Amino acid sequence: MSSTVTTSPPPQSPSAPEPAQVRRSMLSRVLARPEIGALAAAIAIFIFFFAVAPPFRTLPAFSTVLYASSTIGIVAVGVALLMIGGEFDLSAGVAVATAALASAMISYQFSLNAWVGVFISLVIALAIGFVNGYLVVRTGIPSFLITLSTFFVLQGVNLGVTKLVTGTVATTNIDRLDGFDSARAVFAGNIDLGVITIEITVVWWILFVAVATWVLLRTRTGNWIFASGGNAASARAVGVPVPKVKIGLFMGVAFLAWFLGQHLLFNFSSVQAGLGVGNEFIYIIAAVVGGALLTGGYGSAVGSALGAFIFGMVTQGIVFAGWDPNWFKAFLGAMLLLAVLVNLYVKNYASQRR
Amino acid sequence: MTDTIAEHAAQDLEAGSPLVQMENVGKAYGAIRALEGINLTVNAGEVTCVLGDNGAGKSTLIKIISGLHPHTEGTVKVDGAAVHFSSPRESLDHGIATVYQDLAVVGLMEVWRNFFLGSEIRKGNYPLAPMDIKGMREIADAELKKMGITVKDINQPIGTLSGGQRQCVAIARAVYFGARVLILDEPTAALGVKQSGVVLKYTAAARDAGLGVVFITHNPHHAYMVGDHFIILKLGRCVLDKKRAEVSLDELTAEMAGGQELAELSHELER
Repeated sequence: MSSTVTTSPPPQSPSAPEPAQVRRSMLSRVLARPEIGALAAAIAIFIFFFAVAPPFRTLPAFSTVLYASSTIGIVAVGVALLMIGGEFDLSAGVAVATAALASAMISYQFSLNAWVGVFISLVIALAIGFVNGYLVVRTGIPSFLITLSTFFVLQGVNLGVTKLVTGTVATTNIDRLDGFDSARAVFAGNIDLGVITIEITVVWWILFVAVATWVLLRTRTGNWIFASGGNAASARAVGVPVPKVKIGLFMGVAFLAWFLGQHLLFNFSSVQAGLGVGNEFIYIIAAVVGGALLTGGYGSAVGSALGAFIFGMVTQGIVFAGWDPNWFKAFLGAMLLLAVLVNLYVKNYASQRR
Repeated sequence: MTDTIAEHAAQDLEAGSPLVQMENVGKAYGAIRALEGINLTVNAGEVTCVLGDNGAGKSTLIKIISGLHPHTEGTVKVDGAAVHFSSPRESLDHGIATVYQDLAVVGLMEVWRNFFLGSEIRKGNYPLAPMDIKGMREIADAELKKMGITVKDINQPIGTLSGGQRQCVAIARAVYFGARVLILDEPTAALGVKQSGVVLKYTAAARDAGLGVVFITHNPHHAYMVGDHFIILKLGRCVLDKKRAEVSLDELTAEMAGGQELAELSHELER
């Protein structure tokens, strides 16, 4: 049925001479990307170590750098998405250890196939992520506090349960278990590319970053992640299920922490209970260096990968250059400060009226 | 522009037919009664203005209609059927769209992403299906252009637009997605004279297209320009409920400014 309402002639448009629609220049659009600062920094640091550290120039060294980057980058990509969604996870570092310990102890103590431990620890990790997310959206308490609590709880549980079960602070070697070899191939294998041998974690890392980028930029879910972090009330008002998005993001971080945990377990056959403490900050720094805003609503998955790559280069580069590795933390702090300053500038640039 | 609104506005609207009816509605937050005994009807093709000072209960009233907070007393009917919204999604599904003064858009997201936020077009109905980004850009661009809102680039963050333009994008979005009832929360409060004019024109255009509009404001001049029906709230109660024919701008202004209280005050302060 057609509208029975008569319509009046259209009102005049607000400004008489319409400014012509212009596309922003390519350069201006590229400069507005969140990861551009990290890309520039990564190139500069690569050139720097290439110049000062001769061993850095070899392909095996590059493979080592990539491996070091991947062990940070796998979790950092999830943390970056979570931060774009406006939340924090301080428990990501110890959750890696929890997943690894659970997997090792379950398969060993019950003499099961290694894959059983792998899957049960996945359920445990996802449950931790769910609890983090549920508490945050349900109580409205800042995720910083909720996940700080989870951090301490998990740290204590890791040590306590390991001591209780094995009598020591590390798990028993599990390399005799059924399924160990196949799990090792999946989580900790090597790929020989002829000229260079790379760890399989590098491939997984690239895959996770690709999937995260796809989700962020090409899917509805990605739109919802940006909106949940950028303005949760506004997102909710137009029908975005903000609590579901946030819980999902926490579970995503937990999944990636589980993955890294399985890598460490099957790479070394046993796990130290104190593993992972302090790494949560490295993941956050990688995400921030990669352009994620602490306040949410802005950032990129590729940026987190660049952030992780910078750390991989620096940790290994300092060794290759023969310097005292104790300086690494000082670099970390300086890098973070610089990244925050660049981000502030980028955010102002992006939200400026032009 | 009006043509665009008429084109997209839901087609079953008949001017004067009631869309939303509130009967004796109240809301209590614990022991505090924010609103009580409100009777309000939103008719198609009419602008119902809700006026009131800060803390009068205007926000509570729209939160009830838009589904952010459920009411605790009375009945709310949409198209004659009683409803009890527990989320904004339910309210949206009934064709009620709300444009908030301060939280209309997500500043750092592109204009087209904001336009389609919560109603994205997807190329398939499976998890992580890609969005039709090209299509959404084109539609958003065309819709805004037709409404006379010119953005330099549909890909620029919406935070780079002026306040008036952001409000207009939010209204355009609500209308495009088939809103039958449009709730505007203080749309002109933070705007300059010229930008307010733009928003008022779109409000009138939406009314002329047959939508029921609820216009929340504390500015009687803006209200009188577009309103068909006026309600003034004070401390959670309705103190004036009149049709346009029954009330003058002066009366509205005086009532808003405090009415009797103001007269007494001016007598007291007389020099």
